[in-house]
Amino acid sequence: MHELAIAQGLMGEVLRVAAMHGANGVDLVVVRIGALAGVEPGLLERAFSVARAGTLASRAALEIEHGPLVVVCSSCGAETEARADRIVCGDCGDWKVRVVEGEEMLLVRVGLTGVGEAAPSEDKSEPPHLQM
Amino acid sequence: MCDTCGCSITPGNRHLVEAGGKLANIQDGRASVEVLTNLLAENDAMARHNRKHIERHGVLAINLMSSPGSGKTALLEATADALGGRLRIGVIEGDLATENDARRIRAKGVPAIQITTGQACHLDAHMVHDALHELDLAALDVLFIENVGNLVCPASFDLGHHLNVALLSVAEGDDKPAKYPVMFRHADLVLLSKADLLGAIDDFDTAAAERHVRDLANPAPVMPVSVRRPALLENWIAWVEAKLTSRRMGLVQRPRVERDARNLVGMHP
Ligand SMILES: Nc1nc2c(ncn2[C@@H]2O[C@H](COP(=O)(O)OP(=O)(O)O)[C@@H](O)[C@H]2O)c(=O)[nH]1
Ligand SMILES: [Mg+2]
Ligand SMILES: [Zn+2]
Ligand SMILES: [Zn+2]
Ligand SMILES: [Zn+2]
Ligand SMILES: [Zn+2]
Repeated sequence: MHELAIAQGLMGEVLRVAAMHGANGVDLVVVRIGALAGVEPGLLERAFSVARAGTLASRAALEIEHGPLVVVCSSCGAETEARADRIVCGDCGDWKVRVVEGEEMLLVRVGLTGVGEAAPSEDKSEPPHLQM
Repeated sequence: MCDTCGCSITPGNRHLVEAGGKLANIQDGRASVEVLTNLLAENDAMARHNRKHIERHGVLAINLMSSPGSGKTALLEATADALGGRLRIGVIEGDLATENDARRIRAKGVPAIQITTGQACHLDAHMVHDALHELDLAALDVLFIENVGNLVCPASFDLGHHLNVALLSVAEGDDKPAKYPVMFRHADLVLLSKADLLGAIDDFDTAAAERHVRDLANPAPVMPVSVRRPALLENWIAWVEAKLTSRRMGLVQRPRVERDARNLVGMHP
């Protein structure tokens, strides 16, 4: 059950981002977990609710994005999807493939609340950087 | 180039992303920040430090992983005997919360540091770091790290080692690689341990085991080993010596699946 270790690392990063932007709360945490990342989404959700307790993110929702497992074949060149337990080319069946997507384990996005006092909302093309 | 998905992150601009993320939109004090940091960034930074430390002394570090009881400690004991002092080896023991395994290794005249993992189900780079500082690396050629007996999470943590070895004992079933793809995909070498029992166990097919490893797109050699048959240790010893030679020749040795590659690819939404 290394999901707790991962959730704690995730929370450390989330809180660092929140502090950097002077936020006083976190309401959303989006992670991306590839099929080969070795993380069980259900376990990560439970671990997340433990790790967020007593922090700025204590009410944050966790959203998990699942990407496909994509391989590129060294024999025929095809780019196809594969299953985690059978990482072979979907076209010719060869195992000499390279995984191009499916191993990521990333914090993608954080939703912050209470950032700054009077943030201008009209000009979205140049968002102000606060307290960097 | 795509700003939100991270595919444009390069060594040159990466610090901008890592500095706290890009503030995407902000409204009424609510902001969404695009980040894209590896969830194991802290572990991986420690692992890089460990690897530098190990490499400064010209040591080759090998991480041994398997289910409990597949024969990791027995293999290390037999390896010490087979090498007979030809190479200087050291061991970081993470398998048990007791000193048992380290004692078994020390009885062979090999320095061993026991990490008491308590309830932990894997080693991480910080635990290995502390152990590294207790070892005299200058006195070693090869450092073995015996990971916690577990086929699930040890594979996710870079320890700062160079190569992964996964043991699959012939008593476990030849389809284990298909059941634990993350572990067996990471292996630079798969050892079919307790191969002396192959005659007694009729449903373990070594060719099938190898096929299951290939089905994970892994070209790693798959070799039978046994601590009870010296002849069935020769290929393993030769593999270790060959890897040490490449390491000494300055060839880069890295675990098959590298984290940097695995986290900055495939990020198109
Ligand atoms: N027959 C046979 N038994 C082995 C072999 N290697 C290990 N064992 C036995 O398997 C058990 C577990 O071995 P151990 O090295 O403690 O496994 P670990 O938990 O992976 O470190 C012990 O009883 C060993 O004697 C082998 O090559 N052949
Ligand atoms: Mg052991
Ligand atoms: Zn674990
Ligand atoms: Zn193909
Ligand atoms: Zn893109
Ligand atoms: Zn250090």
